[in-house]
Parts: sequence; structure tokens; C-alpha cells
Amino acid sequence: MVFAVEAPARQIERQNEPVFGKSQVGGVSFALFRLRHSLTQPAPYIGFLGIVSLLLAWYLLTEFFNLPRFNKLPGPVAVWTEFTSRTPKYGISIYTPDYYMHIFWSVWRVLQAFFWSTVLGVPLGLFMGWKKTFRDYSFPILEIVRPIPVLAWVPIAILIFAGIASREAPIVFLTFLATFYATILNTMLGVESIDEVYFRAARCLGSKPRHIFFRVVLPGALPFIFTGLQIGVGVGWFSLVAAEMLSGEYGLGFLIWDSYVLSQFEVIVIAMMTLGVIGYLFSAIIRLVGSLLMRWTERGTS
Amino acid sequence: MTMSAGVAGTRADAGVGASGAINIRNVSKTYDPLGVNVLAVDNCSVDIAAGEFCVVVGPSGCGKTTLLNAIAGFHDISQGEILLDNKPICTPTHTSPPGADRMVVFQNGALFPWSTIISNVAYGPTVQGKLSARDARNQAQNLLAELGLPEIGDRYPNELSSGMRRRVEIARALINDPTVLLLDEPFRAMDALTKSVAQEFLLQVYDKVRKTVFFITHDLEEALFLADRVLVMTTRPGRIKYALKIDFERPRNFHMRSSKRYLELKSEVFSAVREEAAKAFEAGERELA
Repeated sequence: MVFAVEAPARQIERQNEPVFGKSQVGGVSFALFRLRHSLTQPAPYIGFLGIVSLLLAWYLLTEFFNLPRFNKLPGPVAVWTEFTSRTPKYGISIYTPDYYMHIFWSVWRVLQAFFWSTVLGVPLGLFMGWKKTFRDYSFPILEIVRPIPVLAWVPIAILIFAGIASREAPIVFLTFLATFYATILNTMLGVESIDEVYFRAARCLGSKPRHIFFRVVLPGALPFIFTGLQIGVGVGWFSLVAAEMLSGEYGLGFLIWDSYVLSQFEVIVIAMMTLGVIGYLFSAIIRLVGSLLMRWTERGTS
Repeated sequence: MTMSAGVAGTRADAGVGASGAINIRNVSKTYDPLGVNVLAVDNCSVDIAAGEFCVVVGPSGCGKTTLLNAIAGFHDISQGEILLDNKPICTPTHTSPPGADRMVVFQNGALFPWSTIISNVAYGPTVQGKLSARDARNQAQNLLAELGLPEIGDRYPNELSSGMRRRVEIARALINDPTVLLLDEPFRAMDALTKSVAQEFLLQVYDKVRKTVFFITHDLEEALFLADRVLVMTTRPGRIKYALKIDFERPRNFHMRSSKRYLELKSEVFSAVREEAAKAFEAGERELA
């Protein structure tokens, strides 16, 4: 070797991380390792205790003490009985196809909205962050339109989509709007957060604009993009439920409103809890995808 | 294994007659940030020979980095011209954009944190279209091995120590076979031990490739240890106050630092810079008052 430099080729220890052999099955076994690791920590058990105390407080307020303000509300036992009944009083339980129909429609609408806001919001946000002229044109528009509450769009949404898919499209559109703002804004901030030195280094190394876009702007903004997607899907569910209350014949938001009108209070709670669980699953999935795409952020030793 | 496996076209005996001469002629640069003209560099002239290791020292804010950025092509200059191998690369009317002929190693490091070490090093040849992605990775792997870093290819930068990152960054610059290496206080944030190892690494690389090096620092010891010539810059507006030839033979190692001649040179350059540092300090006081 001609160019032998004295510096020893040191093995760097990977800290707190198992070695999975040469093939590095990667993602899955690493996730399992982290799961096992987290179960030895107190945090998940304390969290579980928190949820149990919430249920207990609910039980005490409603079914046990039956306090004045709470005596019309269904208690956890009543809700659980209804939820797991093969012959539910109000037709909604884990054994009825209707329950899954409502879930399916809500999830499908959120997925469509999420798809469009990612496909439109991420590229637009990237360009807004990257190209100053484009941002100068578009940012004022965004800032004026964004504070308009999504519900204020309801009449416009109905008018625009009258005739074509007039039941579905307005709901998806309203959900999309909420998701879109969070996505585009965070993506733009993500690009702005990239240190100027990386752009300089990329130019120095002979990059053409497309290289800068795909190898600096996009990966550099990814952490913010995923934050945006998580916030986006959260507010997306929020607007979805509002939109479904206004129109629709399926969906969890519709179910809540319908049950309120019909005084079927157990069903309201079932739908609410379902929303909580599904919302959590959505953001967990996004986090998981994000951490698989951004392995450079999680294994740092510094 | 020969050197050419890693760095295309480098020769151990290169230097004399090779490309990479920089002529800085009467360069001035004014900034106009808030309607107030600030003269950062004033009528500065230096000739740097091909293959010379040239270190610029001076107090903070003296325009060292301004000069480096002008050579790199990050901004223009107000007066004068900068020539690279007798071709103008930076004049008031023309700035040749940054490119792989003038590689910069940045103060706080600029390895892409989202790319593995191997893709960082292979980045240059890939985007320039000089090599296919696969060939670039092979070449990067060879270069890392030659630099004594063979096993870190699939790590991410934040998994490495700062000294290791700096060496990778130098490798990322070298793989492009640049004409000039521009280093902007590359070892600034390092502890003394890491720093001395990093400096020796750079010297070993330099002994092999003999590129023109334009190195900025405010660490005098570092300047004396590395340079063929130390240029002392004045407090803003920056101007070359004087040049000091460091005639130690290469290859150098840390023993040089305890020799008598080294201490003489050190005290000489120290008194020159001290004067400027005192001026900068007072100027700072005035600005505050």
C-alpha cells in the first residue's frame, strides 16, 4: 500500500446496540430489540397505570357515585357491555358489520386526503423552502388562506363538488385542507432549517440543481416533513369528524352525531374511543416509516 | 495497491510545475449589509505557488474567510482579480461558480448527515457524472482504505468522532482530484489531542498529493506546524501584513514543535499577530462604546 497513513483503522463500538451479523436484517430485528429494551423500562407500565386511573375515575364519576352532572353519561361497564355484545341495543359492537363499515369509510377518507396532501404539499413545500422567488409569490397566499377555519370552507366545498361525487368529495376536501397546511408549512420550515453549509458543500462537489434537490433539500427536510405529516394526520381526523357530522351516511363522525340525535350515548363513546385508537395507530405508523427512512437521526452517539 | 486506485492522477512527486497556482491581485471586498459599507478585505495581494501549503492567520473577522469564499466562488469581490493557473476565477464582474477544482473543507464540517460515509465520499464523482454510482463507491472505498478508514463506509457521520469525520471530509474532497484545497479552520472545534492527530493526518495526505492548500486558522501553532508559508492578515480591513517562510523540511512530525528554530519562528509570528489582535480588541471596544 503506497498511501499508508499511520492512523489506525479502529473498530468503532456501536453503543447499546446488538450486532445482528453481517447481513443486518435491519429494521425488524432492530425494532424487536427496541421493544424488548423498552419493556425493561418503567415507562410503559407507568403509562398503563395512567390509563387505568383514567378509566377508574370515569367509572367512579358515572356508575359508582352517579354524580349529578355525570349521571346521564354512560359508564365504562355499560360501554364495554354494549361494545362486546353479540346483540347490541343500538346495533354497534365488535360483532356488527356496521361498526367496521363506519371505520372503513373514515379511514378511507383520511387516506385519500393524506395522499393528496402529501403528493401536493411536500413538493410545494420543498420548492417554497428552496426557491426564494417561489416562496415570495406563494407564502402570502398560504398565510392568508391558512387561518380560515376548515369549517368555513363547508359551503364552498359543497358548491365546488356539487354534481360530481357530491357526498364524498367535500368531506375528503375538508380533511385534505387541514392536512395540507400542516404538511406544506412543516416541509417549508424543514428546508429552511437545513444549514447553508450543506448547499455550499453540494455546489462545491459539482452538483446540478436536481442533485441539490434530491440529495440535500429532500433528505435534509425529511425530519420536519414527517413531523408535518404526523400533525397533519391528526388535524385531518379532526376535520374529518366535523365534516362527517355535516354530511354523510357512514363514518365515525357521522356515527357520533347520529347517536347523539338518537340518544344512544354508549355508541358515542365507542366511536370516540375508536377514533382515539385509530388516530394513535396512524401517527405510530408514520413515526415508524419516518424512523426507517431517517436512520441517520436515531443511532447517533454524539 | 497504487495511489491512483484512490485519487485519480495524483503523484507523490507532484508539486513543481503542477497546476494550482493562485494569484490574488489587489483584491478588495466591501459588504453593504445595512446601508453601511464595511470594507472586509482591502487591496490584498498574494501569490501562491502550485503545490504550496499556505496558511493564513489573523484575528477573528479580519477577512480570511472572505478571501477563501471568493476563491471558492461563493461570492464576488469589489475590486481586483483572483487567478487560478493564470485564468481569472473571481473578478468584480465574473465569478466562476463553485466546482470540484476548488474543494472546500468547512469550519464545522459539512458531511451530509443523511448519507452514509461511503455515499458522502462517492458524492462528487457521482453527481459530476465522472463515474457510475457503483464505480464511485468502489473508488471511495479504496480511498477510505488508503487513508486508514476502511471499516466505516456504512456508518452515518454522527456515529463517528469529530476527528474521524474531518478525515472523511478530507477524503470527500480528495476523491475529486481538486486543483486547490481550501480549508476554513477545519480543526477549530477539536480538543488539543484530536487536533494534533488530525493535523498529522493532513500533513501525511499533503505529502502524498501535494495539492495547493489554502488553509485558514487563528491558531499560530497550527499554522507553523503545517505551512510552507504563513500569511498574517491585519484587522479589518484585511490586508496581508507580512509573510513568513517556514523552512522545515517535510515530512514533518510533532518533534519539530520542540526545536529551537520553531520557537524562534513562533515568537516572531506571535508578536506580529499580537499587535493585530490588540488592534482588533480595541476596535471591538470602540464599536461597543
